[in-house]
Amino acid sequence: MHPALSVIAFTVLSGAGYGLALVLALGHGNPAHLPTKFAWVTALVLIAVGLMSSTLHLGNPQRAWRAFSQWKTSWLSREGCMAVATFVPLTILAAMSILGDTFNLLLGYIGGIMCMITVYCTAMIYASLRTVPQWHTRWTPAVYLLFALTSGTMLYFAFFGREAGSDSNRIWVWLTLVFLVVTWAVKFMWLRHASAAGYGASSMESATGLGNLGRVRLLERPHAMENYLTREMAFRIARKHRERLSLIGAMLGAVLPFVLLVISLMVAPALGGFLQVVATISLLAGLFVERWLFFATAKHAVGLYYGGEEKLVPAE
Amino acid sequence: MTQLPTTTDKKLGLVIDLDTCVGCHACVISCKEWNTAGYGTALSDQDPYGAEPSGSFLNRIHTFEIVPDGGEVIGSAGEARVVHFPKSCLHCEDAPCVTVCPTGASYKRAADGIVLVDEDMCIGCGLCAWSCAYGAREMDLAEGVMKKCTLCVDRIYNEDLEEIDRVPSCVRTCPAGARHYGDLGDPSSDVSVLVRERGGFDLMPEQGNKPVNKYLPPRERSALGSAASVPAVQEDTSDATGLLAWIDRALSGGSAKGAS
Repeated sequence: MHPALSVIAFTVLSGAGYGLALVLALGHGNPAHLPTKFAWVTALVLIAVGLMSSTLHLGNPQRAWRAFSQWKTSWLSREGCMAVATFVPLTILAAMSILGDTFNLLLGYIGGIMCMITVYCTAMIYASLRTVPQWHTRWTPAVYLLFALTSGTMLYFAFFGREAGSDSNRIWVWLTLVFLVVTWAVKFMWLRHASAAGYGASSMESATGLGNLGRVRLLERPHAMENYLTREMAFRIARKHRERLSLIGAMLGAVLPFVLLVISLMVAPALGGFLQVVATISLLAGLFVERWLFFATAKHAVGLYYGGEEKLVPAE
Repeated sequence: MTQLPTTTDKKLGLVIDLDTCVGCHACVISCKEWNTAGYGTALSDQDPYGAEPSGSFLNRIHTFEIVPDGGEVIGSAGEARVVHFPKSCLHCEDAPCVTVCPTGASYKRAADGIVLVDEDMCIGCGLCAWSCAYGAREMDLAEGVMKKCTLCVDRIYNEDLEEIDRVPSCVRTCPAGARHYGDLGDPSSDVSVLVRERGGFDLMPEQGNKPVNKYLPPRERSALGSAASVPAVQEDTSDATGLLAWIDRALSGGSAKGAS
């Protein structure tokens, strides 16, 4: 699938924003402290920028409001509705902190649960597609939720939370290390599913219905040039690029944050705080790579009409 | 709106004969011609006369080669078969493109089962194209709305046209008679009979979309080389008279075996 930058930015940024909002909504951070107020603003800005970025790939963004109508059947519509609805408790909580130095735990729980539901809806847009077997698994929403939680947690304590060197900072670091391990373990399960998924039960033989005659291969495309379908659905990256990018994603998103966080516990607080900020930026950069690969490596059933594996894999 | 109707009164659709299609692309052109001026916005082209022309089409012909198990491939053919494969919207009963639509622009008509896009409501998110296993939907890059086969809804009910023209443009134009249109929900319709008699099949049944359109398989073909053993027809010219008798005698090399 074509990795559209607007959709990658949307899923990564809004995911981190909802993760950060969840941490705040669960009552972490003194509402009267300035860093907590900044954290609320950051969470709302990340969510808003993510959502606005998602409208950039629309053909007619001025009609985007219509997307709130079909929540009965469409995960995209559900995601839109939930995103807007979640703004209500989050904006109230942010205003309570910024203007009144107060917090309400009940409203926080409601807002926190809504954050998670919204991220789940985002993931289900992709996980619900039978045409992309790589995405069509329960592991997809699990990965989206865990990456949102982990990036939100790191954003919170590295930028707005506990001063490095304090006891509470240590607890947050240990918590994040656990989150990192769990998140990448689940991501590994997703990768195991993805690498075996291929075209699922479909093949060029089932796509053409000609399998009973023999082995099917594409002789001629409908047109010599690319079209919307090949650009959007038959996107392919060379294996060597995929492998290199997977490595970069795992380094930036898993290894580097983990190592930096461990080191941050052992060095002077000032340096530790700096390392925690670097670790967070590294995680977010790794997430962009991970999300790019999520799209770029996914195979869509339409590829079978354009030659499947044989024709679509570019020369290396 | 994007909830699918539980049943439709009719199941209008196409039956495409893969044995007969010669891959001439006439249906592609007539489809583009009719629909660029018909339902909804025009079917735009990008860079049409430039180095990388592309555009939106509602019907495309793929060409496949099938090599039988253990089949001998001589040169580029031998026992391999070439099958031209027209592909357009299959107007699925369980159309995922309809249920994923966030705006209600995509819908399936309860009356005849045709899947349509209300272009005034379409935001051009492209999710319906992602959900379609058949590549039947293409975004028009000029208008930013999703285009798809309408089964020529502006022809089939159009009483301004002569009755013979009230079929989809691709069906009307096919010079080989490879495309058939009718109600596949009516077991006694011509298309339903054709599907039964020829063993019509669904594309990718495992995707669970229950397509309405059916494809007819290529017929059995005689084995490689068997054509040479068919004896040449011996024609009897013994009843030729006058000028024709003279020509017959002259062309028969003077043997006059056909002359009386």
